[in-house]
Amino acid sequence: MPPSRMTIDRVSGSSLPAAPPRTPAVFAVANPATGGATPSPIRDYLSKRGSGRFADSSFAALMLLCACSIFAIVAFIFWILTVRSHLSLVQFGWNFFSSSAWDPVSGAFGALPFIYGTLATSFLALLMAVPLALGVAVFVTELCPKPLRAPISFLTELLAAIPSVVYGLWGVFVLVPLMRDVIGPVLTKTLGWTGFFSGPNFGVGLLTAGIILAIMILPIISSLTRDIMLAVPNSQREGVLALGATRWEMIRVGVLRNSRIGIVGAVMLGLGRALGETMAVTMVIGNHPNISKSLFAPANTLASVIAGEFTEATGDLYLSALIEIGLALFLVTIVVNAIARLLVWAVTRGAPVGAA
Amino acid sequence: MSTQPVIPPTQPRPMNFQSKAMRFNTARRSATNYFVGGLAVLATFIVLAPLAAILFYLVYKGASSLNLAFFTHVPAPVGEPGGGMANSIMGSGVILILASLMGIPIGISAGVYLAEFGRGKVLANAVRFTADVLNGVPSIVMGIAIYSLVVMPQKHFSALAGGIVLAIMMVPTVTRTTEEMLSTVPHAIREAALGLGVPKWRTVLSVSLRTASPGIITGCMLAFARVAGETAPLLFTAFGNQFWSFKLNEPIAALPLQIFVYAISPYDEWHRLAWAGSLVLIVMIMVSVTLVRIYASRGVLKGGS
Repeated sequence: MPPSRMTIDRVSGSSLPAAPPRTPAVFAVANPATGGATPSPIRDYLSKRGSGRFADSSFAALMLLCACSIFAIVAFIFWILTVRSHLSLVQFGWNFFSSSAWDPVSGAFGALPFIYGTLATSFLALLMAVPLALGVAVFVTELCPKPLRAPISFLTELLAAIPSVVYGLWGVFVLVPLMRDVIGPVLTKTLGWTGFFSGPNFGVGLLTAGIILAIMILPIISSLTRDIMLAVPNSQREGVLALGATRWEMIRVGVLRNSRIGIVGAVMLGLGRALGETMAVTMVIGNHPNISKSLFAPANTLASVIAGEFTEATGDLYLSALIEIGLALFLVTIVVNAIARLLVWAVTRGAPVGAA
Repeated sequence: MSTQPVIPPTQPRPMNFQSKAMRFNTARRSATNYFVGGLAVLATFIVLAPLAAILFYLVYKGASSLNLAFFTHVPAPVGEPGGGMANSIMGSGVILILASLMGIPIGISAGVYLAEFGRGKVLANAVRFTADVLNGVPSIVMGIAIYSLVVMPQKHFSALAGGIVLAIMMVPTVTRTTEEMLSTVPHAIREAALGLGVPKWRTVLSVSLRTASPGIITGCMLAFARVAGETAPLLFTAFGNQFWSFKLNEPIAALPLQIFVYAISPYDEWHRLAWAGSLVLIVMIMVSVTLVRIYASRGVLKGGS
């Protein structure tokens, strides 16, 4: 820590209680006209009011309490979810995550279809979003003329500000018909032989959800990647260019290779968002718990099954199974986010904040 | 003394830049360069296309359904024309005010701890990390957690529960922004205050926070805009309501919830209202985000999106 910090701590810690006895003398010397013993009103005010160890330490304790409340929130969420899903945890054990039965009537619950749906949609979303996000980040940081830079980053961040439910609304009324009538048939005709694009196409399903998710996670990945690329020192770029590289070779060798860990982190943050995204997915995925190879098939994700069935869950076991799904989602996103944050921190630590 | 003669370095064979292989290589490299540059431009257009499409549809479908009744009437029963979303807009306002009252003070205090008291401490790093991770927890999980914690024991949905969920979602963003803004306040200002004998708590409140206040207000607005559009956590907490309600321990309507209900309904009239509601919501959020953009430096927005 720089020495100035230590000075501040020492001053606040020790000098105040000791100060008042000294002050009258100082003022008496400096300012004899005021009549010797009377301290200046400012000194008087300060030595009487609000100082002292008690106010300082209680203020610090209050701030500490608020900071620790963040731990408390996470712990509370974990605790309450574990307690409320106890019934299903005990009854199904680990089989809950490997069984594909989801039959509220007979009381058989297994989360496999939802895990499949979540993984499939997130994977599709990453597959579409990552190349595009990298392209945007490369364009904004390396290629784009200066005056265009700020508006383009602003527009991509605007995408992040659109609420999930509005994406869902747009998906239901614009994207779903488009998938059903235009994109779907084309995909069946050209790529139907792969088996991914066969079967009836209602417009709702894994692929539509994946596209919506891709649009939603794009801004996160691209803005973080941009920040990480900006953190690469210019000397790297100049060094590669000086060796006679073209601009793309400079980007590949000098920028992308240096920031690859951070980019992985940004992609994982996007993944974390995709795993937990609820409303837009619920509206376009078709809400049907099945595992199908076709990307046109209606499916369900961990988050969307909670959104869709929670309020109409009858019976304690049903409710507790849904809460267990929530618990699983909580733990998975925490792990993914933690890894992502560590990777991003490892890269951007020490870089100037907001360097442009 | 060495008597060995210095061996002159062998002259490297000059490269023949005009050779066929070399020319081909240069052409290939330059072609790749242009190709990838083109791909990056294309990617940018592909990304901006959905944004344009969404905004276009919102204005196209939403603006035609906006009228005075939208802002003054409660929803009409199915089959009857007219009706509005006045109670949803008001409900959203109530929930957001509740959330801000709870979330912003806690968030700012935690940020103050991180920036003023916890510099370099392990605990502070842990808090910072937890806040970042909490930021990534899906909102639906927060929703069922608060449902289990507040709604289940009370046995009914309430506006208060909705406020608590959104408050929890605001805390990490506010904390991180406050910390970032406070760390830009120069030490000299704090030292000047402390040097005058002002106690530390007073320095923090009247000097550090005051200096950083534009940035902190920006961060709070950003958090506000983020949670204003949240639907998933409100499904099981605020629940929604077709009528006026001002009571905090009763279900209350919220704009995003109502949009969701209308969007998945089979009625054209309700779809129309959903578009109009989305337009209103988006305009509210965009205005605050744009204000943020104008006031804030880039650093503020980093963790927020």
